[in-house]
Order: sequence, then C-alpha cells, then structure tokens
Amino acid sequence: MALGDLLQYLVTGLLVGGVYALMSIGLALIFGVMRVVNFAQGDFMMLGMYLAYFLATGYGIDPLLGAILIIPPFFVLGLVVHRVLLHRATGRGDPQRLMDTQLILTLGLSLIITNATTMLLTPTPRGIRTSYATKAFVVGPILMNQARSYAFVMALLLAGAVYAFLTRTDAGKALRAAADDPEAAGYQGIDVRAMHGLAFGVGIALVAAAGGLLATYHPIEPTVAVNFIVLMFVAVVLGGLGSIPGAFAGGLVIGIVQSLTLLVLPFQLQNVGVFVAFLLVLYLRPQGLFGQRLRAV
Amino acid sequence: MKMVGPERRADAPVMAPQTPQRSSRPGKAGALLGLLPIGLVILLGLAITFALRERYHHRVLTLVLVWATMGLAWNIISGYAGQTSFGHQAFFGIGAYVTVLLIVGFRLTPWVGLIVGAVAAVIAAALIGFPTFRLAGIYFALATLAYPLIFRIVMDFLGYQEVAIPMMRTAPVAYMQFSDPRAYDLLALAALAGTLVLSHWVETSRLGYALRALKENEQAAEAAGIDTFRAKMLAYMLSAAPAAVIGVVYTHAILFVVTPEAVFGVLVIVQTLVVCLVGGVGSKWGPLIGSAIMVPLSETLDATVGDRLPGIQGVVYGGALVFVMLFAPEGIYWRVGALWGGRRTPDGFTDAVGTTPVTAPIVLTVSGRASVERGVPLLDVRGISKTFLGLQALDDVSFAVRGGDIVGVIGPNGAGKTTLFNVLNGFLPADAGDVRYRNERITGLRPSAICGRGIGRTFQVVRAFPHLTVLENVMVGAFAREATPGAARARASAALAAVGLESRADVVPGGLTTLDLRLMELARCLATAPDLILLDEPLAGLSRDGVDTIVTLVRRVQDAGISVVIIEHTMYAVVQLVDRLVVLDHGRRIAEGIPNEVVRDPAVIEAYLGKRWLRRIENNHMGGPDIVMGGPDMAPHTPRRSGHPGEAGPPLDPPRSGHPGDAAAPLDPPRSGPPGDAAAPLDPRRSGHPGEAGPPLDPPRSGHPGDAAAPLDPPRSGPPGDAAAPLEHPPVDPC
Repeated sequence: MALGDLLQYLVTGLLVGGVYALMSIGLALIFGVMRVVNFAQGDFMMLGMYLAYFLATGYGIDPLLGAILIIPPFFVLGLVVHRVLLHRATGRGDPQRLMDTQLILTLGLSLIITNATTMLLTPTPRGIRTSYATKAFVVGPILMNQARSYAFVMALLLAGAVYAFLTRTDAGKALRAAADDPEAAGYQGIDVRAMHGLAFGVGIALVAAAGGLLATYHPIEPTVAVNFIVLMFVAVVLGGLGSIPGAFAGGLVIGIVQSLTLLVLPFQLQNVGVFVAFLLVLYLRPQGLFGQRLRAV
Repeated sequence: MKMVGPERRADAPVMAPQTPQRSSRPGKAGALLGLLPIGLVILLGLAITFALRERYHHRVLTLVLVWATMGLAWNIISGYAGQTSFGHQAFFGIGAYVTVLLIVGFRLTPWVGLIVGAVAAVIAAALIGFPTFRLAGIYFALATLAYPLIFRIVMDFLGYQEVAIPMMRTAPVAYMQFSDPRAYDLLALAALAGTLVLSHWVETSRLGYALRALKENEQAAEAAGIDTFRAKMLAYMLSAAPAAVIGVVYTHAILFVVTPEAVFGVLVIVQTLVVCLVGGVGSKWGPLIGSAIMVPLSETLDATVGDRLPGIQGVVYGGALVFVMLFAPEGIYWRVGALWGGRRTPDGFTDAVGTTPVTAPIVLTVSGRASVERGVPLLDVRGISKTFLGLQALDDVSFAVRGGDIVGVIGPNGAGKTTLFNVLNGFLPADAGDVRYRNERITGLRPSAICGRGIGRTFQVVRAFPHLTVLENVMVGAFAREATPGAARARASAALAAVGLESRADVVPGGLTTLDLRLMELARCLATAPDLILLDEPLAGLSRDGVDTIVTLVRRVQDAGISVVIIEHTMYAVVQLVDRLVVLDHGRRIAEGIPNEVVRDPAVIEAYLGKRWLRRIENNHMGGPDIVMGGPDMAPHTPRRSGHPGEAGPPLDPPRSGHPGDAAAPLDPPRSGPPGDAAAPLDPRRSGHPGEAGPPLDPPRSGHPGDAAAPLDPPRSGPPGDAAAPLEHPPVDPC
C-alpha cells in the first residue's frame, strides 16, 4: 500500500474529524457543566442541518454562512429546552439516579424530535447543492474535497471561538467554575442554574452549527442523528468525559480512525473500527486519552 | 477484666441469647405465597388469551407479553443491580439470529434453537460483562451502547440483512409456526411466567440482597463481603437468557423476517426502557404494568393514525419517557405503592437507642473456622507503601495485631490512617509490602474475599444502604456467612441485638442518629462474623454518651474474642481502650507501643504539636510527659473511677453532638459542623492558636482552661470530680 494512500486517508479523516470535533465539544460542554449525557444532541444537529437546508433553498444562503446564522436561534432553543425540561430534573435525589433520569429524559426528547421531524418533513433524504461539494483542492498527490475543507476550517474557527469564550470571558470562566465544582461556584455568587442553561444553549448551538457544516456534503434525513450521536459519545469518551479540548481531539481521532479503517476493512465495517477504539479506550483508559476529570471505578 | 463501661451497662448481666424476633423463616409456605400473585397474573393472561377473538387483538396481547418479558430481563441487571444497560437488545438479537440461522442452516427446530440461543446469549453476556463491569455508572451505560451496534454492523457485513424463517408446512408445530394466534400468546405467556419466577427468585434470594446493596453503595457492599463483580456478572448472565428467549418468540410471532435493525436496533431498547420506566424499575411488576399500558396505547395509535403520521409511535414513546421522568421518575408501580400504603419511613423517634442496656451477646459462630487464640499473631503488616500521584500516603508501615488485641492507629489528619485501612481491607492495592492474616498473604485479594476471611471494617463516614431497612443493611453483612435469607435474617437480628438496635430493625437508615448509624454499621460488620474489625473513627461526631456506648461495645467485641484496630481522634477514649498504639505521620510509622509510652514519645508530640512545643517541653522541664499523661498511674484500661461522669467534665470530647437535630443528618461527614466545634483533640491542624494553649497537648478549645484539662489525659485520671487535676501543673508560658 502506497504511502500516498495512507496520507490521503489521513487527510480525509482529519477533514471529516473537524466537524465531528465541533459537534463533540457541544456534547462535552453540556456533560462537563451539567453532568447530563444528552442523547438528543444528534437530533439538534439534524435540526441544524434542516435549518441550513431551508436557508439555502429558500433564501439562497450558502450553508457555510447558514451554519453561523443558525447559532442564535439554536442557542435560544437550548435555553428553552433546559428551562422547560432539564432543570426540572436536576437537584433532587442521588446523583446516579439523577443522571439516569436525565439520560432517559433526553432519550425521550430524541425520540420526539426524530419522529416529529419524520412526520412533518417526511423521511425522504435531501441534500444541498453547492458548487464546491464535488470539487477538490489538489495538494501534491492529495485530494481535498472542497466542501469538507471549508467545513473543517469553519469548525476550527468556531471551536477556537468557544475556547476563547471559555478562557477569556467572565461568563466562560464562570461556566468552567460551575463545571468544576457547582457547590463552590454557588458560594462564589455564580448562578449555577443559569450556567447550566448557558452550557446547554451553547452546546446545542454548536452541534447545530456543526450540522449546518455537515449539510454541505452529507445527505439530510430525520434519522441521521443515530449515526452521529454514537460518534459524538465516542469522541467525548476518548477525550475524557467533560473535557472540551479532549472532545475536540477525540473528534479528530474518530474521523481519522474511521477513515483508516477503510484501508483494512470494507466500507460497511467503517464504524467497527470506531467502536473497537471506543471500547478499548473505555477498558484501558476510562478517564479518556487526554483527560482525567472523572474516575470510572 | 477489662469489661468496664458506664455503670448502667457495666453491671447489666450478660444474658442468654434472646431469640431474635424476626428470625422466623418464610419457609416453603411463605415462598409459595410469594408466587401466588404470579400465578394470578398468568391465570389472567390465560383468560384474556381465550377471551380475545380478533387476530389483531391477539397480536397486541403477544406484544404486551413480549415487551413485559424483555423489560423484566432488563430489570434484572438495570433495575435490581442498578447497572443501566443501553445494549440489552444484543441478547434479544442473539436469540433471534441464532435460532433462525439454525433453522435455515440445519433445520433445527426452534424449540431446541431457543435453548441454544439462550446459552449463546448467556455466553455473550459473560464475554461482554467481564471487561465491561470494570466500568461503573455512566461509563458502563455508554459502553453497552456499542455492543448491539457492533452486532448490527457485523450481521450486515455477513450478509444477514434479511433472514426469513423458512415455512415448514409439513411440521409447523415442531417449528413454532402456528396458525392459531393464541398459540403465540401462550408461548409469550410461558416466557413471561418463567421470567417472573426468575425475577421473584432474584428478589428474594441472597443474590437479590447483594444486588440491591451494590446498587446503593458498591464499596460498602464489597466491604460487607459481597463480591460485587461476581454478583453483577451473575445478574447480567441471568438477564441475558430471558432476553434471548423472548427474542425468539418475537421473531416467530411477529417478525417472520429477521433484520439487524429489527432485533439489534435502537427501537428494541427504547421499547424496553419505556415499559420499565413507565411501570417502575426494580420490581417485577413494573415492566408488566408499563407494558400493559404503553403497548396497547402505541399499537392503537399506530393502527388509527399511523398511516397518515408515520412516527407517531416514536413521538408517543418519547413523550411518555419525558412525561414519566418529569412527573413520576420512579414509575407507576412505586408511585401507586407510595400512595397506597406509604413507604417505610423512620417514625420520628427522638430517644437515643444507646440508653437501653445492651445485653445480648455478640454472636460469631462460624462453622469451619478455628477461633483465634489470644496472643497469637493474627495480622502482620509488613512494609506497606502507597503513593498517590507523588504523594507518599504510606511509607514502609509495619505493625502486628495479636489475637484479642485492640490496636489504636492515631496520627494527624493526612497521616495515612484511612489509606492504611483501605490497603488492609483490599480497597487499594499497596505499591509495596505485604499484609498477612492468619499466616496467609491477603494483599491483592478483593475486599469481599478479605471480609470472607474474617476482617470486617466500618467507615469514617457511615456507608449505609439508604433504601434497605436497618435489618436488611445488616443482613447484607450476614450473607457473608449464610446462604439463605432466613438464616441471614436470624444472624442479622442477633447482631442488631448485640449492639442494642433491635428496635430500629424495620426503619430505613435515613432518619437514624449518627450513633444509631454507627451501631448499624458495627452490627453489619459483626454480622460478617469477623475475627478482626477495622474501625475508622467510630466515635467521630458522637456525644459523650454515644462515645461511652461505642467504647463499651468495642470492649465487648474484644471480650467476644475479636481483635480490633481502631482509628480515632478522641484521645482519652483511645488511650483507655487500646492495648497498643501505632502512630502515623506523613505516612510513616513514627511510634508503636503501649499507649503510656507512645504518648510520651517526643516524636509523637512533635508530630501533633510541632517542634516548637517539643522544645518548650524539653527546655522548661515542666514535667513534660507527666503533664501529658497526668501522672504515672495512668495506665490504659484503668477502670473509670468517677461515679459522676458528668461531673468529671468532658475534657476532650468534641461537644458537637449536643444537638440531636444536628446529629440527625446521618450522612453528614463528621466534623462538617462549625470548625471550632468539630476540632478533634490533638490535631495540630485545627488548633487555632497554639500560643494560647495551656498544657502542651491542649486542644484548641483551651481558651477555657477549666473546660479543657489535658488532652491526653484520660478522664478518670484524677479523683472523682476533679476534672481540673491536670491543670495543677501551671500551663507552659508561651512567651
């Protein structure tokens, strides 16, 4: 097998991984701050894809720009969902059962969104036609799909913005404080509940934006969430549950593992590599490849 | 004769063992009585089966029974054991695929294939569980997500995207192919009956208690002798078999064509979760109730508006999950149960249990184990070291415990005392060194195995199983020696009687006082029939009476032939109680010996109060150790001479449990009260102003000298009532 092939698969994996990384940091942020494993994350991504699609078909807005435009409405949607659903299931009972409650709650939400979307928009897959979806940049022997390249760059920019928000702004620091120790943060005058809402809003907005970027090259259908939510989980576990930079790196790793699996396994088994990597990491380093925030045992 | 305590207990005769009140074993009749409701449910199922006319109604009935069974299977591992599994459809699918492929490939009848499928599922559960149960909580749940996905992908890859059950016109019954829909109802009903009986057995067996205990607190369960890994594996394998069987039934009754999506897909686990969560998790009736409500609802919707609104089923299920989680997260069964009779709750008592004399003997009979002789080497700790991320928590610690000894382990906070216990009882592996118990190396054994060999322990912060009654809490320990619930109940009742807590047997620990909780934990520990118990700060947070109660109990434990290692800050109690003291500081053993000598050891004084105090003592020649000990006659185990304990003043007792309301927060970590209040004597870190202090080892409260006395001074030092005796020595002038 030529080295060129290997490089080509690596680069393709990395480009895909950029979008995975963006969607994963949304999930990681929500878990890190709220300790909620959000099963509905993939469904918000799917909704983001549809919104980008309608912006593109209805108003001729390029999905790369659309991905940015859909951030504010999804942020608000996240706040509302948190206020109406999740915050009612926080604060009573012991943490383990609370976690189960929230997990099931988001699972129910996910079912509602998937099936309601199927009811309203039909299960027919749709796609956004962009001029760059079928073109590629040629860098030496490597081909880089233009849509994926643009999406990758946008994902990096957005992830960078999130990182700056978390490290440079007061709100971001308060968010991290609430994630590290909700009780202590509360004593410092941080409204932990508001931080949960903020985290959920930002997390949803990020995954919706990632959906918008994904829509530039991936078919859009109501059930698309299932495939991606698992990838997000894997990325977040790889990075150490709750760690934002870890989840970002985890997303990149998933893209690369997925791509490299194709070198040795047929296409249908593409995700087997990912799951095997997932299980290996869970067994060998449950704290994640990079993180050490939570102890598993 | 060391058996001396507060008088009202000291002169109480040791009476013959009382027959424990609750030792009545359910027996055969009781067991059959428990099965009666299951029989009624099955009869009801039969009645409905033969009452229904329309084919479609039979289909709905079959589905109700199928999902109830699947829910029950899931409930065994995720309900009873609390290990949420998002991948249980793996076993459902294995049953379905194995059976169908055996028909297709070998014309093997599904009646046999069903058994093969169940065995395959149990083996798969063992293979999956073995690595996956290394993970806890959310990690386990997430890992289980991956398995059915992998099966799905592999089945796709192997070309089994669609496997139809071949029609067997010659011998339909032999191939589970019926034209009468009632046959499928009966098949599913039989599977349900079997799974209900299995669930009933789990609920009432030793395994059931183990699962409930580990669900509540895995470490405490392990320390009480439950091999939690083994219990979880067993539950997982038990729960895989019915899932596989019902997968087979579902395939033959409903599917006819097996696809990866239909048996390994997300909807299978969602359906399972819905019936369990709506009905109630952790009871055999929950999944049945949930299924009886949700399946007809969703089928009706599907039949009426499903054509126009594909996905309405999913919306309803999603809505049901959200609704249940928001408004009745415990599920219908438990919610109705709570409305019906009210859960067992503490009855708001205020009287302390410790006021009644404890008379029952400590029962420790275990067949097949030699009792420990006094003075014989029992525990030998050799050169234990343990490092946490560069922090040397234990550094080459060695000491020995002989049969019948009470050994105290003291040292400032962070000295490594609890870490030592965690190494001794197997929670933590030691980096170096060796622990030998009865001449057997126990390093590296699971805590439950160490408990089984006769080492029990209690925790600094009591670890109760909050949803089990006090008696059940103790039964969990008793199962270390007993196989049947009846025998365990008898042993647990005896242990409760031994600590004087029988009257609390049927309440949950939530409302117990700190003292009652500590007594319960001690009873749980004693119920494991140990030769050696490790007590981690058993006096923390107790009032003076509470301290007396525990101290008396520890003496009785010793008299019963059990050795004790005790970590304690309440110095006067330790010094009068123990035979030997081991002093730790920064993970090193800095002294060991009889208490009288150890507390005079300059290294010990330095560890507690710092070099400055040591220098002062030496420079001033203020009697040094005499101040510390209050006089040479202060040997340990001196019987309390004061007839008026109250008068003697509580020199060293942290006065924190003066408010019963305070102590009623049972899971409150000791010392979480006001800092000054909680200070333990001799702990330099909490001592606010050493310069203010009187005698060298004076506790922080020494602002009131009359109150304080000398910290290392056992309260019985002076003549009765002469609490201030130690202050006859003028305080060291700090300047």
